[in-house]
Amino acid sequence: MTSEIRGEWPLYEVFVRGKRGLNHVHVGSLHAPDDQLALRHARDVYTRRNEGVSIWVVRSSAITASSPDEKDPLFAPSGDKVYRHPTFYDIPADVPHM
Amino acid sequence: MPVVAEPEQESEAQLEARFEAVINRKDRVEPRDWMPDAYRRTLVRQVAQHAHSEIIGMQPEGAWIGRAPSLRRKAILLAKVQDEAGHGLYLYSAAETLGVSRQELTEMLISGRQKYSSIFNYPTLSYADVGTIGWLVDGAAICNQVPLCRTSFGPYGRAMIRICKEESFHQRQGYELLMTMMRGTDEQRAMVQESVDRFWWPSLMMFGPPDDESPNTARSMAWGVKTHTNDELRQRFVDMTVPQAKALGVTLPDPELVWNEERGAHDFGQPDWDEFWDVVKGNGPCNAQRVAHRKKAWDDGAWVREAALAFAAGDGSDTSSDTSSDTSDGPRTA
Ligand SMILES: [Fe+2]
Ligand SMILES: [Fe+2]
Repeated sequence: MTSEIRGEWPLYEVFVRGKRGLNHVHVGSLHAPDDQLALRHARDVYTRRNEGVSIWVVRSSAITASSPDEKDPLFAPSGDKVYRHPTFYDIPADVPHM
Repeated sequence: MPVVAEPEQESEAQLEARFEAVINRKDRVEPRDWMPDAYRRTLVRQVAQHAHSEIIGMQPEGAWIGRAPSLRRKAILLAKVQDEAGHGLYLYSAAETLGVSRQELTEMLISGRQKYSSIFNYPTLSYADVGTIGWLVDGAAICNQVPLCRTSFGPYGRAMIRICKEESFHQRQGYELLMTMMRGTDEQRAMVQESVDRFWWPSLMMFGPPDDESPNTARSMAWGVKTHTNDELRQRFVDMTVPQAKALGVTLPDPELVWNEERGAHDFGQPDWDEFWDVVKGNGPCNAQRVAHRKKAWDDGAWVREAALAFAAGDGSDTSSDTSSDTSDGPRTA
């Protein structure tokens, strides 16, 4: 939120892929003077115990976010499309593998 | 005035109601949500104090890294102290989502405007203290922190989850260290007992003042920031620790400590709360030393922070020659 004040290192968001086959997931943030050091810091801060096989870092200021909460109109289109979820459909309990 | 309909601004009351609804259904508050100023202030204070405790907490144990009795113990202690640095960083980044900067937080610690846990104002006089801190201090921290994984502010809870995963190593290495010493000579056993005698009461103080002297607890619980009172957690800690002390073969220095069949819990004595408040006010054995050390590290590191920024502000030609791209498979390898 308040970054780059009085010579503070910029804020980066850190994303870690836990293992092959998984998406990168946001794990937290850190300060670093540049991208290279952000990666190194991310390794030390967020993967001291083999928590990841790959790290992404991105300047927080480069992220565009939707507005605050899920009441936001951006999510409204999917809010009323419950038929997109498997539980919308009643299937008899004795039908296997559904 | 333009005739275009403005998106309706929510009133303070509506925002407040929505916030309350999130709290009541035990959902999480996230950084960009509207939240009452008092909630934000409470969290900044609590998360910052927690972060500072992790950072200052590196000092008493760090003092023994160079004097650890074996390479194995040294490697363990290094890893433990490094974890505490990591805990501090997770928590600072959680605090920052509330709108304070990292630099402000550090300055508030150094200037004494924000506190840290008073346990770290006690000295580590013998190597046994490394074990006792792991067992009792990290043990008490675990009692405090496990319920905080479900605290109402999302980033704080997520930081706590990461921290709790790492704490059990801290407690176990400490307990194992003490067990090893208890299997040693009479002198070593005496060292352990002496250390436990010094750290027992300050460990109980880690849960904060008794409930009837903790005016903010009720509000923090209503907001879901805290989920248990200080006295509840203190009781839980005592009940967990008594059998561990027995297995270790040490005596906890409290003549009033006794199992209460009726309550199904231990009765125990009260720490010296005058001492507690005195240490909080800055008069503990190491307060000045701890803050001075942190300030020195901050001041001594200033040129590094500035040089790194100056380097990054250059044309970056140095980084483009770096061929290591194995750490990222992102859209753009740095
Ligand atoms: Fe910690
Ligand atoms: Fe710890």
